[in-house]
Amino acid sequence: MSNKLISQMGLPPSLSHVFAARSIITAKDALSLPEFDLMALLDVPLAHARSAVARISEIACPPYQTALSLMEDRAGSGGHLPTMLRGLDDALCGGIPFGALTELVGPPGIGKTQFCLKLSLLATLPACYGGLNGRVIYIDTESKFSSRRMIEIGENSFPQIFRSEGLAPKMAGRIIVMRPTSLSDFTDSLQQMKLSLLQHEVKLLIVDSMAALVSGENERSEGGPGRHPLRSSLSFLKSLAEFSRIPVVVTNQVRSQSKDEAYYHTFQEERKDNCQNSEKFESHLIAALGIQWAHAVTVRLVFEAHSGQKFIKVAKSPMSPAIAFPFIVESSGISLLSDEGIDVTGPEINTIRNQGQNILSQ
Amino acid sequence: MEIANLPISASQRSKLLSAGYATLSSLSSLSPSHLARDLNIELQEALEILKVVSDAADRSKSTDGHHQALKGVQTAWDMLSEEQMQQHITTGCEDLDHILRGGIHCGEVTEVGGVPGIGKTQLGIQLAVNVQIPVEYGGHGGQAVYIDTEGSFMVERAHQIAEGCINGILDNFTDHDRKILACQEWMQPNSFLSNIFYFRICSYTEQIAVTNYLEKFLKEHKDDFDDLACRTRILSGMSLKLMKLAKTNNLAVVLLNQVTTKYTEGSFHLTLALGDSWSHSCTNRIILYWNANERYAYIDKSPSLPSASAPYSVTSKGIRNSTSHCKRVRMM
Repeated sequence: MSNKLISQMGLPPSLSHVFAARSIITAKDALSLPEFDLMALLDVPLAHARSAVARISEIACPPYQTALSLMEDRAGSGGHLPTMLRGLDDALCGGIPFGALTELVGPPGIGKTQFCLKLSLLATLPACYGGLNGRVIYIDTESKFSSRRMIEIGENSFPQIFRSEGLAPKMAGRIIVMRPTSLSDFTDSLQQMKLSLLQHEVKLLIVDSMAALVSGENERSEGGPGRHPLRSSLSFLKSLAEFSRIPVVVTNQVRSQSKDEAYYHTFQEERKDNCQNSEKFESHLIAALGIQWAHAVTVRLVFEAHSGQKFIKVAKSPMSPAIAFPFIVESSGISLLSDEGIDVTGPEINTIRNQGQNILSQ
Repeated sequence: MEIANLPISASQRSKLLSAGYATLSSLSSLSPSHLARDLNIELQEALEILKVVSDAADRSKSTDGHHQALKGVQTAWDMLSEEQMQQHITTGCEDLDHILRGGIHCGEVTEVGGVPGIGKTQLGIQLAVNVQIPVEYGGHGGQAVYIDTEGSFMVERAHQIAEGCINGILDNFTDHDRKILACQEWMQPNSFLSNIFYFRICSYTEQIAVTNYLEKFLKEHKDDFDDLACRTRILSGMSLKLMKLAKTNNLAVVLLNQVTTKYTEGSFHLTLALGDSWSHSCTNRIILYWNANERYAYIDKSPSLPSASAPYSVTSKGIRNSTSHCKRVRMM
């Protein structure tokens, strides 16, 4: 919308010629200037500049809908990818939502990639088995994708489908794995993907992991406006998710907290000393990629370990309160030990714990 | 006021100056045809210039301090009666409404900020629903414009919150069955949803366009910034327009903001995004934060309310008072 050409907006010809003569080509150029600057630049009376701005704004403004028509539009397409983990699907009102970014964050080795492998498989299954009957693009930045493991998950979760001939290669054939080696590689492949997504009936996009792409760069802002290296990829991923109405799942790493982390607003000063020690002694991990990333994702699933068990915690979701489910990783992928889940409140929602788990279990 | 400060185009100004008209007084009693001949311009253009001149002259006229000659000015006494009649939109949480003396103020811009997951979008959706509460039940019977820049507006959640709000109203009137039945056609969640006008914007150009377009919309019925000065200028331009929209249309404008970290007083603190200059632009500011296991709202900036905190909770029905025991509320 911001790149709409002024020449095509139906302004009076004299005005559009003047815009072109001053190199104001797109709506973005015109609307970034204050009215008086525009008037001086174009050498037209203020009233003309104002009405031109009003006309350009009206055209550059995206169309509106009522929330009701939004709901009716979206009602047809399902809206969720069921994970086949009943408790989690209930908590997320159906599963991983379409048209939004879902983040999986947790310490290494906890099972995020296993979860992604299972999701990829589920998306390729025909609708009668609860899948999306589509292709999957799996962006693997750490070379963790294992087709052998995925087939194993498939054979153990859906034996009746996978035993029949030809179906396993067909399902596996629908998963496209990309291995970008740098952030610029990644952004290039994203751009190329835009058109092919719809053409090839891609129903799920997985990025495993996002944090690896910036691990070499300092992801904390150097003060000032906070130029996040991933910012353009982030907004691109979001728009990709929304316009193609597909789920986009992104995994994130954890890192240790430094003393410089901010938890409190300035008006909370007096409470800081009391709570600080008790809350933070257990958890020394936080999600990588910073707070701007945390704002941008719609659903955040935290994988953590404590009290000898692993948990999937719905830490951020517009549709459900925070709730944690114990899980294990077995041959058929991830399974929940209990569908009931445990309520989580307060700062626990955002902490990530990684202790007391036996890595060599099973 | 000098010719140099008039809002006219550069070529018109240079023509005036070269013809010898340097001050307003020299133009005050001139006829349009005389001016057109002097400047060698069209009669229409001369008329426009003289109109601008007479507007400027009206504004700068000093008439013995009599306030009615100054356009748009009110005495503090007039404003008091206006302030007392000020309308509020309830937030759904009584404690929060209490510290806000009724709710979010109409006619003003309020900024709400907080960490991810604290409930900013929930509050936004709740307000978009609550403004529609019919006048008979203490609301405004109004409509809402929701400008979404994050893509976090979930229609199903808006439906849930609308249902929760409607059921809350009906609960209070169990003995008015007939009245409830009569209302039922238009007290449906779907009709609430049809009164929320949703704009999804993806760039700051679109945000500027929307803010400019809103004026027209209301009559009928938000890239990467390399230039910080440009960003500040655009933000302050937007905030001025929003304040004007709020005032002229008696709208409550609510802006939801994210947090970032800032180094002050020797350590890092959470602070609202967009910087110090933006923080001056909004009339009111509410910060949502975690305190132990509860969600709290803190009035950080307000011209008329003292700083105070109130707890609130996010339930399946929407924003409500906080429960003293953490009861499990399922979102189904």
